Amino acid sequence: MNNTLRQIFRSGKFVTGFAIFVAILLGTLIYPLIITDAPLTIIGQGTFFPPGIYVSVYDSLGSTRYTLDLGEANFNRIASRLSEEDRIAIKEWLVAAGIPEADIDTADTQKLLTQWEENFDAKKSIPGMTNAKRNYYVRLDKSIDGLLSAEGAILAQANAETGALEQTGTVEQSDFVNVQQVANVRFLPLGTDNFGRDMLTELVAATRVSLIIGFVAGIIATLIGLTLGLLAGYIGGPVDDGIMFITNLFTVIPSFVLLILISFSIGQEQRGAFTVAVVIGFTSWVWTARAVRAQVISLRNRDHVNLSKLSGHSTVHIILTDILPYIASYVVMALILQISSGILAEAGLSILGLGPKTTDVPTLGLMMNWARIYQADIQGRWWAYLPVLVTIAMVTFSMNLMNTGLDQVFNPALRD
Amino acid sequence: MQLEKKPCLTGVGLTKTFGMGRTKTVAVDHVDFTFYEGEIVSIVGESGSGKTTLAKLLLGLINETEGSVEFLGKKRDISSGKKKQEYWKSIQAIFQDPFSSYNIFNKIDAVLLDCIHMRGGKNLPQAKKVELMIEACKFVNLKFEELTNKYPFELSGGQMQRLMIARIFLLKPKILIADEPTSMIDACSRATILDYLIQLRNEIGMTLIFITHDIGLAYYVSDTVYIMERGKIVERGSADDVILRPRAAYTKRLISDVPKIYEEWDLSTV
Repeated sequence: MNNTLRQIFRSGKFVTGFAIFVAILLGTLIYPLIITDAPLTIIGQGTFFPPGIYVSVYDSLGSTRYTLDLGEANFNRIASRLSEEDRIAIKEWLVAAGIPEADIDTADTQKLLTQWEENFDAKKSIPGMTNAKRNYYVRLDKSIDGLLSAEGAILAQANAETGALEQTGTVEQSDFVNVQQVANVRFLPLGTDNFGRDMLTELVAATRVSLIIGFVAGIIATLIGLTLGLLAGYIGGPVDDGIMFITNLFTVIPSFVLLILISFSIGQEQRGAFTVAVVIGFTSWVWTARAVRAQVISLRNRDHVNLSKLSGHSTVHIILTDILPYIASYVVMALILQISSGILAEAGLSILGLGPKTTDVPTLGLMMNWARIYQADIQGRWWAYLPVLVTIAMVTFSMNLMNTGLDQVFNPALRD
Repeated sequence: MQLEKKPCLTGVGLTKTFGMGRTKTVAVDHVDFTFYEGEIVSIVGESGSGKTTLAKLLLGLINETEGSVEFLGKKRDISSGKKKQEYWKSIQAIFQDPFSSYNIFNKIDAVLLDCIHMRGGKNLPQAKKVELMIEACKFVNLKFEELTNKYPFELSGGQMQRLMIARIFLLKPKILIADEPTSMIDACSRATILDYLIQLRNEIGMTLIFITHDIGLAYYVSDTVYIMERGKIVERGSADDVILRPRAAYTKRLISDVPKIYEEWDLSTV
């Protein structure tokens, strides 16, 4: 036993898969201890805030100000305010005004603005340009002037009695606040989703729920498959025929179609995460049953089973002590595969909108479903679906790696 | 040899077929036999002649297709699990391959304890059980202290087969079917195992049914010899009659196939 364990942990594939899996598992266990927010709390007013550190503007006005004279500050500000469309518009004007296209680089803000300052003339008529477009360029020129100005912003407050705005202070361009001193800063490493919920917190909760669904589904499927396989294989005869008839029926009907039909008939309101797990478990035991049966048939005529019979052991005792330990390694491997396919099945169901009801818990599949419905992929909001995809892939990949590693240990013919 | 022979195990028209239609194989074909109490019977035949199937039929591990077996003068009844367990108190077996005969997950103590429990010794004090196990191991020249808490695969093939005999020593059955017990064992251990088997038979007075492909071995141990060819018994009689004065062509061939150390092998009959 110890020897087998040592061999398992010497298998590179198993150890890699195990490490990834344990890392994911620990992540889902430790993260909620640090960030205790409820995963489904809506914090953002709007959809798909990009990843980053969010600093309260109001609080930073009240924080201690520091004056930093940074040479590049001005340039950075202008560079960040000048949008991509504006840059392209500038380039178009410059090209139309006769500047060679090779000389213009939209990425080089400094050079682009210099060229603009030197060449732009609102009165210059460019053939084929509409009036609206001409007005746009005039506005653009003004806003670029605004960007280049060195004056600060004025803070004003309405007087409670007269309603007139009264100046309360100014913010200079060289004013800085220390993020540490701002009262409200929120780090959203993966931004927010379509409902304005913290993606990372939601993702961790979803991974945990999906793993639980996978485990429940895998254990149910393995238990059913194991029991039926043992009975069919060991007892044989009419019992075998009966069980195999049912098993073959289930094999012929694609289990995913069955899963969709059952999930649909249960109805949205009744579909909790646990119900979905049970439904997945009850539709995916077929291959375990067939494989276990095949293994048991090859075992049941072995001498040690005959000897056990001759020693007066009951059928149950023989199945538990003379058959089960011999196929235990195989069953563990099947269980791992069942868990990972359970997670995938849940994701598949949820993407179709047949997953657990949406108000209870997030799952990996539900997150994919939300991202799809709100067109995160078309809008380029990668943070709404890519981390979920990677998580699903890593969970199933780690489990399949563990499975392959175990297979190599238990099946010497497959060793490298 | 006893003067008054009481039949112990009798087979009438015993048949076992596997498969159906074109793949149908008749492994044991209408075999009749009578084994008497206390004698040593050999069943000799080449591979595939149905010896092991016959052994399993006798043991009740598989059901006969046709025919019946009489046990101690009465028709054998093994229709339920309980009756089978009762039957197996009187008939036991030693299998060919000691390496596959043990459950690799059970310790040696468990193997021997099972036998004590089967003989109704479930409620014996622990010390008495250990005493019985020590006695059984001593009979086959094994040291129980060295075996306790070990797994069967930690022993050599010869030791495992001797442990099998210790098991039979504890069970004290009326009939022992030894299915090629020495074919996986080297020549030196072979003689020891055979000696223990004969010694055990003398001690308990059981019937020993010895299944082998080695006609020389059969002559060495047995009182009565049955020769099997393709599921049928082609010749039977006392060891001297069958081997020294064979009548069936198959028997003659089996005898001529025994390699002689001092002669060049005649491969023409193979």
